[in-house]
Amino acid sequence: MSADNGRPGIGAAAGLGLALGAAALTAFLGSRGSGRRDWNGDDAPGFTQRRSFGKYDVVGRTVTIRKPRAELFAFWRDFGNLPHFMENLERIEVKDLAKGRAVWTIKAPAGRTVDVESEIVREVEGELIAWRSVEGSDIDTEGRVTFTDAPGDRGTRVSLLIAYDPPAGELGRAVAKLFLREPAIQARHDLKRLKMLMEAGEIATSARTKDQTRSAKQSANEQETA
Amino acid sequence: MRALTWHGTRDVRVDTVPDPEIVNPRDAIIKVTSTAICGSDLHLYDGVIPSLKSGDILGHEFMGEVVEVGAKSTLQKGQRVVVPFTIACGGCFHCHVEQYSACENSNPAEKQDMSTALYGQPMSGLFGYTHLTGGYSGGQAEYVRVPFSDFGPIVVPDHLDDDKVLFLSDILPTGWMAAENADIQPDDTVAVWGCGPVGLFAVQSALAMGAAKVIAIDHYPHRLELARKLGAEIINFRETHVLDALMEMSGGIGVDAVIDSVGMEAHGFALDNMLEIAKQKVGIGADRAHALREALMAVRFGGKVSIPGVYGGLTDKFPTGALMEKGIQLKTGQTHVQKYTKALLAKIEAGELDTTFLISHRLPLEEAPRGYKCFKEEQDVWTKVVLKPGMEKTQ
Repeated sequence: MSADNGRPGIGAAAGLGLALGAAALTAFLGSRGSGRRDWNGDDAPGFTQRRSFGKYDVVGRTVTIRKPRAELFAFWRDFGNLPHFMENLERIEVKDLAKGRAVWTIKAPAGRTVDVESEIVREVEGELIAWRSVEGSDIDTEGRVTFTDAPGDRGTRVSLLIAYDPPAGELGRAVAKLFLREPAIQARHDLKRLKMLMEAGEIATSARTKDQTRSAKQSANEQETA
Repeated sequence: MRALTWHGTRDVRVDTVPDPEIVNPRDAIIKVTSTAICGSDLHLYDGVIPSLKSGDILGHEFMGEVVEVGAKSTLQKGQRVVVPFTIACGGCFHCHVEQYSACENSNPAEKQDMSTALYGQPMSGLFGYTHLTGGYSGGQAEYVRVPFSDFGPIVVPDHLDDDKVLFLSDILPTGWMAAENADIQPDDTVAVWGCGPVGLFAVQSALAMGAAKVIAIDHYPHRLELARKLGAEIINFRETHVLDALMEMSGGIGVDAVIDSVGMEAHGFALDNMLEIAKQKVGIGADRAHALREALMAVRFGGKVSIPGVYGGLTDKFPTGALMEKGIQLKTGQTHVQKYTKALLAKIEAGELDTTFLISHRLPLEEAPRGYKCFKEEQDVWTKVVLKPGMEKTQ
């Protein structure tokens, strides 16, 4: 496992029952970047490989955003910005900005919400933010976002990687229905929305009227089912 | 407001629907003064483009008056603008390299998956087309919500009538880019399949770019006559063996550049076309690519192929051998409208380009369904229909 900058890699946080998840995440980061060549032997990101990995599901996605790396890093690190483009995230309450402790309030069916408390386990200014859920959380998850320069003046490549243990039980199923049913789709759409927000200054919608936007429809649905 | 809405194959109606509103800061609302029916609207009318929903407002060629602006729009109320059919943000990589019809941010995130599955990457947003391209309400209506209004729309001077500038929204830049994509050189012989609006503008553009000879191919006498008036030589494919004729007319070496402005619903009774008509009818959904196959056979070795005609999916019996062995240059795509509007407006203003010859019919918006039917069924005479909301009834 790599540990650039002398800081512990994400896997070093494994003592909290996340060993497999941590290993999964590292494995799926890809071979060249982490110095590993024991998977496919090719240079593709690990999350594009055909095999699955243990009980954890891993999703990953990259977008290129035509903005400087530092600006994008700062935007993401200010967790209060995340609900602007993460559709199922109702709010984030930052408990400790320096340590990156925050409570994510995630929308669930029938107007319910689920709270996940997370902490930053690794941070490299302008390059990487990694977080994981604290023990006892409803969802066992960890993630990381990396920022690398794109060639020339093309801006920054932003890669999001999320590993999670699909939840069990009644609550788990309820959560899965909305938030975790297709995290790959959610991650893809959220990153596209981030890109729109940063490059175009707003998130594209084809709604002709305000009550046809996705957020307006969602809150209408919630009121109906509540 | 009143708007032309799609309800199924060959079923379009003028309905009363809610007015558009400013939704995002860069939006503007345009009161439509002129809007046209496009050949690609006929693909929607015929049901060969997937992913329309009942009630969708069609139309992507429109202009009008700015009546409302969002906080970040740079337009002003009262300005007359022509709106490009390609919605582009102005801030992404593709906009930066002037490939506006590939804008990465104009198709809503959740709508990008379908076209990604079809083409590998998502399409941009387009007005009044399908939900593959965002499902944006179109311009065949009294009012339109225009996103990124600070970037796309071009303000036109009051002394130029609607009829002179309306086609900056799509077909004039499309015909121009079709010719530009054919990389026309002064000695070139150029063949254009299809004398619809795009084909005719491609003929006009190719001649303006200095082609030695332009040959237009169609089977409608009136449309061929329009091409001839623009300065083209013509071939009627019902009367003439097209490939033989093109070989002769290019002095036996093949034409230097070919432009397919027909697309996926080719006419004619060639064997490949009849098979593909049958497939489209039973819903197999193969593109009818007869014009493109013929163009690939007609182009000379080392020649140039430009495809402005719309295709949507897959086709069979495609001449991959000719494609490779002939060493051709191939350029395609939806038009990067924003790249051309300013220069083409200047040419219109200087009298170098005329677009009004194309308009055969002007109808009030309320008569739009008749416009579709006649544009589809009487293509020889109905060359271009312009709809004007508020115009007096014609029947």
